[in-house]
Amino acid sequence: MRESIRFYLGNVRHEVSGFSPTRTVLDWLREDRRRTGTKEGCNEGDCGACTVLVVRLEGDTLVWRAVNACIQFLWMLDGAQLFTVEDLRSPDGALNPVQQAMVDLHGAQCGFCTPGFVMSMVAYCKTPGASMEDEAINTALAGNLCRCTGYAPIVRAMKQALTKPGDALDTQTEAIKIRLKALADGQTVEIAGPEGRVTLPASADALAAAYQADPQATLVAGATDVGLWVTKGLRTLPHLISVGLVPDLHKIESTPEGLRIGAAVTYTEAKEPIAALLPDAGEIIRRIGSTQVRNAGTVCGNIGNGSPIGDGPPLLIAAGAVLKLRCGEAHRSLPLEEYFLAYGKQDRQPGEFIESVVIPQPQPGTVFRAYKISKRFDQDISAVLGAFSLVFDDAGRIATARIAFGGMAATPKRAHATEAALQGQFWTETTVKAAQDAMKADFAPISDMRSSAWYRQTVAVNLLTRLFVETAPEHTGTETRLAGWKEQAHV
Amino acid sequence: MSEALTKPTAQIVPGGASKSLRHESARMHVSGSAAYIDDLPEPQGLLHVVPGLSTKAHARIVSMDLEAVRAVPGVVCVLTAADIPGDNQVSAVGKGDEPLLADGEVSFYGQPIFIVVAESRGVARRAAKLAKIEYEERSAVLNIAQAREAGGVLVWRPLVMSRGDVETGLAAAPRRLSGQVTVGGQEHFYLEGQAALAQPGEEGEMRVWSSTQHPTETQHMVAHCLHVRSNLVTVEVRRMGGAFGGKESQANTPACLAAIAAHVTGQAAKMRLDRDDDMMMTGKRHDFVIDYEVGFDDAGSILAVDMALAARCGWAADLSGPVVDRALFHADNAYFYPDVRFKSEPLKTNTQSNTAYRGFGGPQGIVAAERVIEEVAFATGLDPLDVRVRNVYGTGTRNITPYHMTVEDSIAAEIMTQLAGRCDYRQRRQALRGANKSSPFIKRGIALTPVKFGISFTATHYNQAGALVHVYTDGSVQVNHGGTEMGQGLHTKMVQIAMREFGLTEDRVRITATTTGKVPNTSATAASSGADLNGMAVLDAVQKIKARLVSFAAEHWQVPEESVQFLPDGVQVGEQIISFPELTKAAYFARVSLSANGFYKTPKISWNPATGRGRPFYYFAYGAACAEVAIDLLTGENRIERVDILHDAGQSLNPAIDIGQIEGGFVQGAGWLTMEELVWDDTGRLRTHAPSTYKIPACSDRPRIFNVALLENSPNQEATIFRSKAVGEPPFVHGVAVLQAISDALASLNDYQTCPQLDAPATPEQILRTAERMRQQAAH
Repeated sequence: MRESIRFYLGNVRHEVSGFSPTRTVLDWLREDRRRTGTKEGCNEGDCGACTVLVVRLEGDTLVWRAVNACIQFLWMLDGAQLFTVEDLRSPDGALNPVQQAMVDLHGAQCGFCTPGFVMSMVAYCKTPGASMEDEAINTALAGNLCRCTGYAPIVRAMKQALTKPGDALDTQTEAIKIRLKALADGQTVEIAGPEGRVTLPASADALAAAYQADPQATLVAGATDVGLWVTKGLRTLPHLISVGLVPDLHKIESTPEGLRIGAAVTYTEAKEPIAALLPDAGEIIRRIGSTQVRNAGTVCGNIGNGSPIGDGPPLLIAAGAVLKLRCGEAHRSLPLEEYFLAYGKQDRQPGEFIESVVIPQPQPGTVFRAYKISKRFDQDISAVLGAFSLVFDDAGRIATARIAFGGMAATPKRAHATEAALQGQFWTETTVKAAQDAMKADFAPISDMRSSAWYRQTVAVNLLTRLFVETAPEHTGTETRLAGWKEQAHV
Repeated sequence: MSEALTKPTAQIVPGGASKSLRHESARMHVSGSAAYIDDLPEPQGLLHVVPGLSTKAHARIVSMDLEAVRAVPGVVCVLTAADIPGDNQVSAVGKGDEPLLADGEVSFYGQPIFIVVAESRGVARRAAKLAKIEYEERSAVLNIAQAREAGGVLVWRPLVMSRGDVETGLAAAPRRLSGQVTVGGQEHFYLEGQAALAQPGEEGEMRVWSSTQHPTETQHMVAHCLHVRSNLVTVEVRRMGGAFGGKESQANTPACLAAIAAHVTGQAAKMRLDRDDDMMMTGKRHDFVIDYEVGFDDAGSILAVDMALAARCGWAADLSGPVVDRALFHADNAYFYPDVRFKSEPLKTNTQSNTAYRGFGGPQGIVAAERVIEEVAFATGLDPLDVRVRNVYGTGTRNITPYHMTVEDSIAAEIMTQLAGRCDYRQRRQALRGANKSSPFIKRGIALTPVKFGISFTATHYNQAGALVHVYTDGSVQVNHGGTEMGQGLHTKMVQIAMREFGLTEDRVRITATTTGKVPNTSATAASSGADLNGMAVLDAVQKIKARLVSFAAEHWQVPEESVQFLPDGVQVGEQIISFPELTKAAYFARVSLSANGFYKTPKISWNPATGRGRPFYYFAYGAACAEVAIDLLTGENRIERVDILHDAGQSLNPAIDIGQIEGGFVQGAGWLTMEELVWDDTGRLRTHAPSTYKIPACSDRPRIFNVALLENSPNQEATIFRSKAVGEPPFVHGVAVLQAISDALASLNDYQTCPQLDAPATPEQILRTAERMRQQAAH
């Protein structure tokens, strides 16, 4: 048992203990270290002005991730190396190629968002196979808001920087590996601070024991939701237990049941494996939060918090996913949709936690489509998310239909009446009309700042039309989508 | 025309004014070393100030129990209106209707009632939530419709502009129609929230570092609130992390509250608003409902226009008067209306007090003008571009505005025609209409709209500026002026003016923070006027020093004054070249003053709101944008596919910076008219108070194809600084092309027979609703 966390800031080793478990990386940087290059723009993970670069050793590979420092807790840095904008210049003072490109191409006006952009851009440059395509760059920068430039010069700078061979950080790769290897001691960490404590279990067994011992504790994986309870809700959380740093939950495996995604797996890590099974789900994941949010937020955390507007659950429900729960030594499985009981209420016992979610291999003849509708294409919470899985039999009839929506009810919810109207039918305009009529019985959505009930209901019904047009041979070639990256899905 | 304004560009030092130069802070921006208020070194014993906000839109405060707040360890004090040493008043226009802290009554949900002063910001934030305030609710009016229903209380005098006889003009017109357009508000979303740091000094002195566009006004407000004279208060700002008008008057509140906390405690105090508090407290762009009636003929000539422009102003006047006036000044956009009448209705509501925002009401007026054009185009079956060109201001005739100013520089038609050619508007329009026939769900639209934007503060006395320039004996130069840097590149341009005039490279000229201690009695950096006003003041100061140096050099080296010239590689003195440091050193030893202040006031302008007549603007800035969009009729989703802009910056002071203003202004304008939506609930609580719910454009929302060009060979006809034109606000208006293009795409639903009357913001829901309404209209 260790009673401190250990990480590097730049190349300086820090060992810290006795801090509040809800101390954020941003506040620690700005208030304790007076490293003020990293800015606070919104304090809720939406604007990206606080973007920093976190490096971890996975196997023998260094993985560089941009994250929002405002909603990362300090203890989440255990075992990592943190770089901020102050660390980018080479020892001789020369600017990083990204910084130089931003200067050359007028990428900064007021300059306040700039350090965050620069960090996201450096992270993108370090992404294996980083593409010069606009769509890929847009995705990389979707989590950074700029109010001055209109983004055009920033994208130009990104392209210029991508043509450069590398930066000063790349020359440190081996040194960083050695350091990070030395930090990995496999120990459970327990920090007691003035406002509470945090437990970083070294294994799933240790997590199970810790949570059973204190079922009132708050589980935290990526903190992209819990972070806001603190920064905006001003809550004190007396005991946090980390899920995100548990090594044996940080696994994606192909199993006979399907693709098994552990509770510590982030959206970034899960995106490609899920997209390989269900391309449209991959495209939706590309639009969940932002790069920074997906680098921290986990697939299972998105389920665990029970939000009615999370994008992951309806996707996974339509895909027939199964949730794996654990309480102490007891394990159980349940179909994902059964986990969501009511608004704010899930089928999870005291001391029980999500170990993984399993996505079955789609049956032959499956058509899977998913549509995210929001005011803004990128980094916006859905007004409506519709996910559709239709399995056709050899005769061309719909053998089974699984349809799930987010934003339409107090929980992510299946459209049972719609499914029933489709089951056993040929895929025709008449069938679609019947299903659309049936859908009106499935949902009674609410009006809020994202959209009205009328809009939600209308769009949900219209998405069946889109689904039909996209999948019925007679409509081949009809344009149906403005959002989406053609390489990523059925766009 | 003076020599300075017409210098051939070959003689300009690299990076000097009229040439591109990177932002003076660029290297600091990208390194994280450019300091904003919260980055400044913190004085010892610094205290943190957090406001407690009203949770009612309109109520009497029955009682306030702040004991629980005070009891939190780390809380130093809790201050209310009663603790303000001077005036509890921050009305920017002297109307006395804007208490700094609510006193007995709250007038909007989010109004500051008290402040917590604590040793840490975290403690203060948590403590502020513990207040127990008992309210007695009063009826609240939250929007324009409710305000009208409740009798239409105004925050400012209404304005009427008229020329000719609109009743007769409408009656005589062969055709007439009327309608209404709703235009939404907009949150500034400057990335750096409101912030100020106050440090008490000797005998009541107060130094305030404030993220303000208007240091002089901030100085005055702090002095009034502290009940001290202005000479005890110094306000300084090196740069802001964005402002867009949102820190013109709105910066005063945090500065005053920090100063009061510092005054009461005797310790330095900082107030940096949390983003949600910032959005809940501060004013935004005014939303408008505009009713119009237009008389026209079959050829698309507009004969008469009658418009009533109602604005939601919020709970206090703030800058609403001049904002709503400016909406009227721009309700003609670039078009001549033979008979015209505009009326304003600046309505009081129990919401945030709406304020300056890039364009200052002008864009809202222009949206209405362009709706009128669109209506006429659909009614006559003409291409809207033809209606636009037909009605544009003339150069000898048809050139009098509704406020009786003669338009002397109309180039809107030329710009529109040039842009239409460059971007193949006609061919693309035809092609899109054809393609729409075979695309049942995704429809595309295109529109080309002009902007004509009046440059000058309509409050004439604001059109003055000062500067202070020092030359040191090593030949380095320090420039100071009354304008503030918010990202627009003003400081860069001021440096460039000194570079060009002295023939010095960038490393020799340093800009310093704006402070009321160096240049007093300044105007807000607003109304796009920053470079026009301060540039001339800097030029004035520089030329004073130059004149002294010329006269010294002529005498010292015994050459005629005409033979002394400041060149990029040194100072030509007769036959020889003397280096600038050598010259300044010699001048110093000869006891020549190397420091000068500069001053400028804009000539020719005047405006009388009582008569609705005058020449409020020195000149107009022009431009045009062509936008192509795609919309999805199943969901209302929309995307900007391509944008081409041709913009008039006169002889640009810095083409790279000006193009940056145009690209950024366009995207901000397009955001305003599409995805940016402010939503209040029935209790008057703003529900879109953070970027999670209020969506400004992200990277992927910029146009996929985005071509921006400056109009060439078009120096300003007026003798502005190096014949440039103001560029801050005018390009914001180019976003209107997007709204019009979406409308064009929607028009395909009824085979282009009816005007879609699309209101803003054109969110996916708004687009879907409009499509639904059009289908129903077609069915009847």
